[in-house]
Amino acid sequence: MLDLLWLVPALPLAGALALLAGALRFGKRTTTAIGVGSAGLTLAAVAAILVQYAGMHGETVARHVFNWISAGDVTVDFALRLDPLSAVMLSFVTLVGFVIHVYSIGYMHTEGDRAYARFFAYLNLFMFAMLTLVLGANLVVMFIGWEGVGLCSYLLIGFYFDKEYCAAAGIKAFVVNRIGDFGFLLAIFWAFKVFGTVDFAGMATALAADPGRYAAAVTPIALLLFVGAIGKSAQLPLYVWLPDAMAGPTPVSALIHAATMVTAGVYMVVRCNFIYRLSPTAMLVVAAVGGVTAIFAATIGLAQNDIKKVLAYSTVSQLGYMFLAAGAGAFAGGIFHVFTHAFFKACLFLGAGSVIHACSGEQDMRRMGGLAKKIPVTYWTFMVATLALCGIPPFAGFFSKDEILGRVFAAGAGNLNGFGASYLVLWALGLAAAFLTAFYMFRAVYMTFHGEFRGTPEQWHHVHESPGTMTWPLKILAAGSALVGLLGVGTAITFGTDLNWFESFLHRVAPTVEVEHAPALATEWVLILLSVAVALAGILLARRFYSGAEAFAAPQRMAERAPAVYAAVANKYYVDEAYDRAVVRPLGKLARFSWKGIDTIAIDGTLNASAFFTEIAGDLLRFLQTGNVRNYALFVLCGALAAAAWLLL
Amino acid sequence: MRADLIALLPELMLATLAMAVLLAGLASGKARHGLLGAGAVLALAATGVTLWLAAGATDPGAHFFSGMFVLDHFAIFFKALFLLTAALVVLLSHDYLKRNDYRPGEYLALVMFATVGMMTMASGVNLAVIYVGLELMALSTYILAGYFRREVKSHEAAAKYFVLGAMSSGILLYGLSLIYGATGTLDLATLARVLASAKPGPSALVGVALLACGFLFKVAAVPFHVWTPDVYEGAPTPITAFMSVGPKAAAFAMFLRVFIGGLAPLAASWIWLVGVAAALTMIWGNVAALTQDNVKRMLAYSSIAHAGYALVGLVAGGPAGVNSVLFYMLVYTVTNIGAFGFVILLESRGYAGETVADYAGLARRHPAAAFGMLLFMLSLGGIPPTAGFMGKLYLFAAAVNAGYVWLVVVAVLMSAVSLYYYLRIVLQMYLREGDGAEPATLVAAPWTERVIWACGVAVLVIGLLPAPFLAAARAMAGAVGLL
Repeated sequence: MLDLLWLVPALPLAGALALLAGALRFGKRTTTAIGVGSAGLTLAAVAAILVQYAGMHGETVARHVFNWISAGDVTVDFALRLDPLSAVMLSFVTLVGFVIHVYSIGYMHTEGDRAYARFFAYLNLFMFAMLTLVLGANLVVMFIGWEGVGLCSYLLIGFYFDKEYCAAAGIKAFVVNRIGDFGFLLAIFWAFKVFGTVDFAGMATALAADPGRYAAAVTPIALLLFVGAIGKSAQLPLYVWLPDAMAGPTPVSALIHAATMVTAGVYMVVRCNFIYRLSPTAMLVVAAVGGVTAIFAATIGLAQNDIKKVLAYSTVSQLGYMFLAAGAGAFAGGIFHVFTHAFFKACLFLGAGSVIHACSGEQDMRRMGGLAKKIPVTYWTFMVATLALCGIPPFAGFFSKDEILGRVFAAGAGNLNGFGASYLVLWALGLAAAFLTAFYMFRAVYMTFHGEFRGTPEQWHHVHESPGTMTWPLKILAAGSALVGLLGVGTAITFGTDLNWFESFLHRVAPTVEVEHAPALATEWVLILLSVAVALAGILLARRFYSGAEAFAAPQRMAERAPAVYAAVANKYYVDEAYDRAVVRPLGKLARFSWKGIDTIAIDGTLNASAFFTEIAGDLLRFLQTGNVRNYALFVLCGALAAAAWLLL
Repeated sequence: MRADLIALLPELMLATLAMAVLLAGLASGKARHGLLGAGAVLALAATGVTLWLAAGATDPGAHFFSGMFVLDHFAIFFKALFLLTAALVVLLSHDYLKRNDYRPGEYLALVMFATVGMMTMASGVNLAVIYVGLELMALSTYILAGYFRREVKSHEAAAKYFVLGAMSSGILLYGLSLIYGATGTLDLATLARVLASAKPGPSALVGVALLACGFLFKVAAVPFHVWTPDVYEGAPTPITAFMSVGPKAAAFAMFLRVFIGGLAPLAASWIWLVGVAAALTMIWGNVAALTQDNVKRMLAYSSIAHAGYALVGLVAGGPAGVNSVLFYMLVYTVTNIGAFGFVILLESRGYAGETVADYAGLARRHPAAAFGMLLFMLSLGGIPPTAGFMGKLYLFAAAVNAGYVWLVVVAVLMSAVSLYYYLRIVLQMYLREGDGAEPATLVAAPWTERVIWACGVAVLVIGLLPAPFLAAARAMAGAVGLL
């Protein structure tokens, strides 16, 4: 079965190609069979592969599919690599992916046949690209997947391309990602120059053999790779595209912009941990960007009224946690949060989709309320996922978030790389973000599901539970949100007994950087209780502010008392406006100058002039082509004489 | 003797089957297009199998017929390419002959005879053998060019081709005799030894110059290309397709074999001659193509230009250069046959659908075929991800590594020029609306469409996954340098 590893990306690709080829003709039934069928087959193939892989004690399986480029010294193989890290990614990407394919049957059923086929074609194509990214055995194959998911993200954000803001959001996502991709590309070139290979195994071997030789190159390569990760995983300062990306259909937000694609940056950093662990600077940068993003995005989430925007900022914030973990050396911990986050955030987005579906397309939470009674399945699954996100035990998010905060504290206390104080500050930021997360999530829950309905009576009349194709995915993901945390129970929780299956599974490819003086068990328990207490405090505060008779009164008062602060937060700190002023408009001016000044006059002018002369030359040559065979013979003869004369003289 | 016959078996077999097709064509009262076409394709396929078996049964390093004939990897590569070309041309001709109501028997037999000649050229290591193969190919093509005897243009093409071809043969033979006079041998290996041991006299140099002229005529390089536009325009289109790839590739096979092999000691003398011819060919072909409104004529100039690109690989020499020429021949064959296939598809009756304006709005009415043509145009222009890009990349890389940067500069500039006329067709197909009364009413041409499909897929596959094809070309190129 392992020899069939190539099938994993090939199956969704086949689905996408079939759908694109038949996009004009297929009815919904055929589209569903191909689109969801290929995702299901992929899941089955992955399941079979992982069952076999489970017995292999985490060794690395490399499969060479074909020799792709070979020119001089450059050889790039299309090679796939299955190891514990890619196995973990495979498992949730295909599972969550399949579940979301199923959900989309219900969610997209009002679309026309062609749009429906287009949607599933893109979704399949995304699965292909994501699986290529995950399985790639070298940076180039990973980059193909990386660009592929970017393309699909663009296509799906702009799915309703006849609406201007959707098309604009797609372009924004694409352009901002290009900045990151540029860094990634430079990193690939640099790595090839230094190591002579871009193969993960090859680079790791080279580094392990002689770390001193590459000491100068490690930090720049790591930082450039991280630039790519910042773009793809929406970190400061390139996070701006992700909130806008919510213009896409909700299943897309769940799959691409919450569960899978945006975590690619974290995956890449962890995949390249053999580079990062040699560069304390890069590690600290990763942790700092992650920690600051976590709290920054969480504060913006406090004042959003669009239910999907809240979740989007929450995603940015949670991605920050993942980088914080990686930067503190807890590579497995970061991936663990990627893993649990995929379940609960996908569940939240699909739940939000179900709410939007129920409210006839309404996304503003100010016009919702009291929906719990009418859509109970959505409510309860949303609640489970929210508790998981807030880090309430025993839901999944508790274990992964606690692991991260514990490791960051340990890095601070143990003075990792001599940056102990910085890590302690980042830990405090993470803890504060945990409080804010609990607050804004329960704010969303109270505004959406509790209290009185604030929309029109007509809307209320239409509110209905979603069909089974949408509620079953919710139930599956909610079960995942509740349970998958048990795969990685921290050692402190079990009083020192190592039951952390997740970390030991990943140990071979992404070992955690251990600090010399690990905190005592008692300290760790204090930390655990602290993080739970902080989350509970956030929940209680949200309850006071947004439920009961006094709902909305307290936040209203605060907004009135400090209007400037409230406006800044509600307007996302004016970052988009600042970028527009500082980057977009000057670039626009430059572009206009290039167009009117350089392109039209200088380049077109030169080109037209040369084309004019070339055409005259062509006419001259045409004149020589008389059609008269005697002239032709003369030509040949002259040529022969000239050639003979040349060689003789 | 037995080994000799085994090595020659593919040629023997194809010649015999060609005669069988000829006789069957005469015997069948009315024109049996399907039967004879299928017979020809099967004969070519059977020859391919025989080639494979013969290659397995002989030693690639061995010489046959007193050292005049080899079946090395180089020869096998070209023979397989010729058989593929001939099969595609036969398939393209099927609908075309039927539509124009010409008897297929002699036509198909002549295509097969020409293929036998080409195969002999690829295997010959003696100038006399190569010349015999060359004439067999050339005579068959002269007749094929004039096969449409009810068309005046077809007559004209044949007559011009024959007169100028005879002249070039004369020049070539004169060169051969001078070389023989100077060295006393026609065997390439001996020739190389003799030329290496003593400083060549003027007669040998003139011989080499004239030989080069004869070869340049066959590959249609400037200034010996003058016949090409008229002949390509007048000949039946499938034959134009055939001439633009098959005989051209055969001419490159002998060019490589003779110049990189036998005349290698004189490389310092001839390399500049060929290099300048390559540059002139690229410039002339591309610039002249710019002003053509007739698509067949445009493709004729384009094929002149492509001969120039391939000559760049010959000038580069060495394993990389030879390898790149072989790969390019494969790329160019599938691309150009596809492009001509599209022209054939459009020629509904007689000579309609040949001017660029006829292509207006085709993408809307025939999306699949137009997409194929788009691929062929991009491939000819050398745009990724098509095969043409990879072909040019390896040609130019070989030349740069061999130090001929100036030649590559010319080649790249001229590639840019060529995009103008290739994309003009794309522009017409995709961005112009056709006027309601279109002259290009298509009649059903299922086999032509299948050939276009096959070539389109090949152009993409070679462009995206060049490695296996390159590896094949590389394995095959090894033999030529050490004859």
